Amino acid sequence: MRETFTKSMARNIYYGGAVFFLLVLIGLTVDTVGRVSKTDNMQNMTEQVAAGKRLWEINDCIGCHTLLGEGAYFAPELGNVYTRFGESTDAIKGFIKSRPKGGIPGRRSMPQFNFTDEQLEEIAQFLKYVDGIQIARDWPPNVKG
Amino acid sequence: MKYKSQSIAKLYFIAAIGLFVGQILFGVTLGLQYVMGDFLFPAIPFNVARMVHTNLLIVWLLFGFMGAAYYLVPEESERELFAPWLAKIMFWIFLVAGALTILGYLLVPYAALAEMTMNDLLPTMGREFLEQPTITKLGIVVVALAFLFNIGMTILTGRKTVISLVLLTGLVGLAVFFLFSFYLPDNLVLDKYFWWFVVHLWVEGVWELIMASMLAFVLIKVTGVDREMIEKWLYIIIAMALISGLLGTGHHFFWIGTPGYWQWIGSIFSAIEPVPFFMMTLFAFNVVNKRRRDHPNKAAVLWALGTAVMAFLGAGVWGFLHTLAPVNYYTHGTQITAAHGHMAFYGAYVMVVLTMISYAMPIINGRQANNEKSQVMEMWSFWLMTVSMVFITLFLTGAGILQVYLQRYSDTPLDFMVVQEKVELFYWLREIAGLIFLIGLLVYVYSFFVKGKEVEMVEATA
Repeated sequence: MRETFTKSMARNIYYGGAVFFLLVLIGLTVDTVGRVSKTDNMQNMTEQVAAGKRLWEINDCIGCHTLLGEGAYFAPELGNVYTRFGESTDAIKGFIKSRPKGGIPGRRSMPQFNFTDEQLEEIAQFLKYVDGIQIARDWPPNVKG
Repeated sequence: MKYKSQSIAKLYFIAAIGLFVGQILFGVTLGLQYVMGDFLFPAIPFNVARMVHTNLLIVWLLFGFMGAAYYLVPEESERELFAPWLAKIMFWIFLVAGALTILGYLLVPYAALAEMTMNDLLPTMGREFLEQPTITKLGIVVVALAFLFNIGMTILTGRKTVISLVLLTGLVGLAVFFLFSFYLPDNLVLDKYFWWFVVHLWVEGVWELIMASMLAFVLIKVTGVDREMIEKWLYIIIAMALISGLLGTGHHFFWIGTPGYWQWIGSIFSAIEPVPFFMMTLFAFNVVNKRRRDHPNKAAVLWALGTAVMAFLGAGVWGFLHTLAPVNYYTHGTQITAAHGHMAFYGAYVMVVLTMISYAMPIINGRQANNEKSQVMEMWSFWLMTVSMVFITLFLTGAGILQVYLQRYSDTPLDFMVVQEKVELFYWLREIAGLIFLIGLLVYVYSFFVKGKEVEMVEATA
């Protein structure tokens, strides 16, 4: 770099740029937190849904599946599984419940988690809640996820 | 080695390499599970193996960063480490906590681990990369605070250089942003939004500061180029990293229920994110070309140049490939993401830690550089790992393009699992590349034990 561009100029760009854009990020974050109430489907948040979210977490479902496109890419997207399963929580529960304990020879299989009926309902309700979140451009592109 | 306490880095580096081997063993296991779905099922299901793979990566990189800091900071500050005993204690605490956590993942079901560690008191478990039990997270905070205190006091009571201050800023940022891992609301949109404050602001933010300062340190040492020039480069690189990276966080806010303006902000700023990585490439080659000495540690120079190139390819090029919102609409959460993740982490953070180890370990062991045979072996491992990572990335990209087309783009989209079977060939090829990576890593470990004729430094006439 030329001598006309000095170290102190570079330093000022660093400090100025970092502080400025950090403040912009904080500002946009405040704005986003204020706006998400229109899209976040929290009107349908119940104790049951919250319990389902906790079950989702403590069984590390994100370790195989994606949820709104984030997670692992080993198993199907579940953000829209409620729609994909014909808007039926029974279909979701039936699927989870029927996973064979020892897996399926040669193929990927979801583990058998031995959930109680109550827990199954909670998970299904959580996935229904997630499906109700309004995503830009209605992502994913189609029902397959 | 100028200061005795720098040798503490050796402990950290050895642990880092050991955990790296563990990470890759689980990596090839995961690769096999992609094509042989019942492999190790139900003993070690995919999600458990993946947790081990990603958590080991994070932990060993943290060991690498800490070791690098313990080596670099005394030398830059021109004084011994403030409290060497604290660095040793924290090493063992971190290693034991890390090992117990990994054993917890492997030995009991994750839900049982959550119950054992009383996750209900302060739920933080079950999010990607932040799977650690709450108590482990608290442990990480304690270790990080003790580490920052130690490094901070050394820097503040010694000579302050741009390199050490930038490193300190990066490390403080790392600790501060980790605190967002304790925020886990019921609202999934906010949950995801703030999850990125750890994940993105680490790897596309403050970690770049850590990386750039480590690279700058090694380049000063191996080239003898004037510090003024290196510091100017360092400032401008990290300036671009933060200017692009802070708002670049927006590229994660396209499809999680956040406002539509993020599609514009995220696309524009993340499109600039390759710039600091490209500048790092220019920087490294520029400085090596202007070198005033031929350092006998050729392997370290190779790692430094390799880091600059591979970070640009993995983080810069493969990141840009799917970062624009209209493209990401199709590629979000596919094998394209996996491809980018692999080469970016390897190119930027794995390689910069290996650069630092390559430069510092011989000196800690009392010589300028390793003997020639050992260096040749190390350079073989460089090429084996780097080339196989390029192929892992290309095969995953191939799988990803097909997946996007078959599952999302064509007029007759297919089911997820149907598509996975159709792209199986690419997963097999990726697994072969992964096995070659493992061989490269074993060659790397072996290079530390190769004996031969010692080499000496030749000063060029400046």
